[in-house]
Amino acid sequence: MRAAALARHIPAPLQLGLLAAALVLAIALPYLTSSFYVSVATQILFFGLLAMSIDLLGGYTGLMPLGHAGVLGISAYTMGYLVSRLRWGWVEAAGVALALTVLVSLLFGFLAVRTRGIFFVMITMAEGMLVWGLAYRWASVTGAENGIRGIARPAFATLYWQYYYFALVVFLLCALALWLLVRSPFGLTLRGIRESESRMRTLGYNVTLHKLLAFTISGFFAGVAGLLYAWYNQYISPSSVHISASTEGLLMVVLGGAGTLLGPVLGAAVIVAVKNLLSMYVARWPTVLGLIFIVVVLFAKDGLVGLGRRGWAAWQQRQQRPVSAAAPGAYPMAVDEERAATGS
Amino acid sequence: MTADTFALHFLNGVTFGALLFLLASGFTLIFGLMRITNLCHGGLYLVGGYIGFSLLVFTGNFWLALVGAGLAIAALGLVVERTLLRQVRGQTDPEVLLTLGLAFVLGDLALAIWGGDPLTIRTPGVLRESVSLFGLTYPVFRLFVVLVGVGIAAVLWYLMHHTRLGAVIRAGVDDREMVDAMGIDIQRLFNRVFAFGAFLAGLAGLLGGAFLALYPGADWEILLLAIVVVIIGGPGSLVGAVVGSLTVGLIDAFAKALVPDLLYFTLFAPMVLILAWRPYGLLGRAS
Repeated sequence: MRAAALARHIPAPLQLGLLAAALVLAIALPYLTSSFYVSVATQILFFGLLAMSIDLLGGYTGLMPLGHAGVLGISAYTMGYLVSRLRWGWVEAAGVALALTVLVSLLFGFLAVRTRGIFFVMITMAEGMLVWGLAYRWASVTGAENGIRGIARPAFATLYWQYYYFALVVFLLCALALWLLVRSPFGLTLRGIRESESRMRTLGYNVTLHKLLAFTISGFFAGVAGLLYAWYNQYISPSSVHISASTEGLLMVVLGGAGTLLGPVLGAAVIVAVKNLLSMYVARWPTVLGLIFIVVVLFAKDGLVGLGRRGWAAWQQRQQRPVSAAAPGAYPMAVDEERAATGS
Repeated sequence: MTADTFALHFLNGVTFGALLFLLASGFTLIFGLMRITNLCHGGLYLVGGYIGFSLLVFTGNFWLALVGAGLAIAALGLVVERTLLRQVRGQTDPEVLLTLGLAFVLGDLALAIWGGDPLTIRTPGVLRESVSLFGLTYPVFRLFVVLVGVGIAAVLWYLMHHTRLGAVIRAGVDDREMVDAMGIDIQRLFNRVFAFGAFLAGLAGLLGGAFLALYPGADWEILLLAIVVVIIGGPGSLVGAVVGSLTVGLIDAFAKALVPDLLYFTLFAPMVLILAWRPYGLLGRAS
């Protein structure tokens, strides 16, 4: 319903054009800027992927997870251990890491989807902190506070720009998969569960199974983000899987706009930019992040994407004012109805 | 494990449990009554500790610092509830996000003002000494924290079970709408309870500063343990908070000694399992 509203607000050709422009820019980026900005863009790609995986649960299914950095950590630590300590090849290591992440997600999901609301938030938080606890204390495997160093990137992606293109390809494949997923009947069912769980249950849907699948699929994509994260830093440590990291992921979703795929990526871009660029000038970026959180929650619940939509609607309205002057009140009322229908 | 080391871990567990109780009792009151998971409770604890530290440096009086830390954080709690939390009353996700944002801000401002080096609160006179207990030499201050914990528990128990205010709070934990419908100003009640929980967090901050030191990240560590306490005991339950605090304190002390690699696992795994099967706690009941 939200996607339909977007299509009504911003015409499809324009959307496609913007998307194509963004893609061209993304491909041309290493030719346009320095290695620093390419590295920032690489971070946006994997944090964007993490944020999309959080949004699949939080935005589309209505179950807000507060432990996804832990899920990311399972794959990052597994791959890091296999590559750095056991000298495995990257394909095998990535495969095993993803398989383990999916299995653990299935287990975490099995426990978590029994609850909802605040209890879901807390159980996912505890699950994330379980991973953190092991990362922090299980020194023989995880290296405790020192973490795992020397996680070699795949041989074809060792240079910063090679790695950027590698991350871009992985990101685009995952984004495409997620886009197809949220538009599939399965994705619509998830949104149905978000809107009214009891109604979906009455309609004969296996709500628990759908939630469990959503959790597991979300875990898979968080795991892919974890691989990109570990290769990028060539290092993984407990602070990467701490609840504050999960919180940042959630902030990306909320800031960009939950329940959209574009929103989390936009949110990731802003947060990564704040962390990398602002931190050169201001030491207090966690305060900035916290304030962004508070402002978004109080004043812009549907995030940047929501602001964009409202901005577009207002602009459209101004364009059409001569028409609405001919039929007073007609257009604003239509907008109100639409808002009511989309729940924005 | 010899009897001596057992006694030592046992005492460490009980005394740490008493500190956790101060934090968890406020958290559980707020959670039980308002259904808010106050994720900035750890931030309130840490800032309370730091304010107490500064008061102690400034006045040199430990007791003044203790009360001052509590009152300052209570005032902060009043303002936070009134200006921010009230805007999103009853909406689970925004409440979680708002308190998370506050936790970031509090933690970072504390770092900006008091720096990143661990600070320890210097305790006065007799509290600095040690006594002989079960054949061990044990610091008096840790036992003092138990005394404070027991005192606060007694006050809370009296307040909850023998005053009108307590009756209203218990009714509110069970059914907020009904309390509201009875003509009780529930907004005001929420405000006061939130401030009271913050007061306890401030007290705990100062005591924790003498016990464990104050440093960036201590806010999250203690918050997560307090949440485990509340989950084990059940939200809104005072007896649950006592039992949960002792359980978590003892698990923490013995796991540190016996299975240090699995320390956090032994805390968070029970929390996950309890949340999955008994979300209202081992002692709690669904409302």
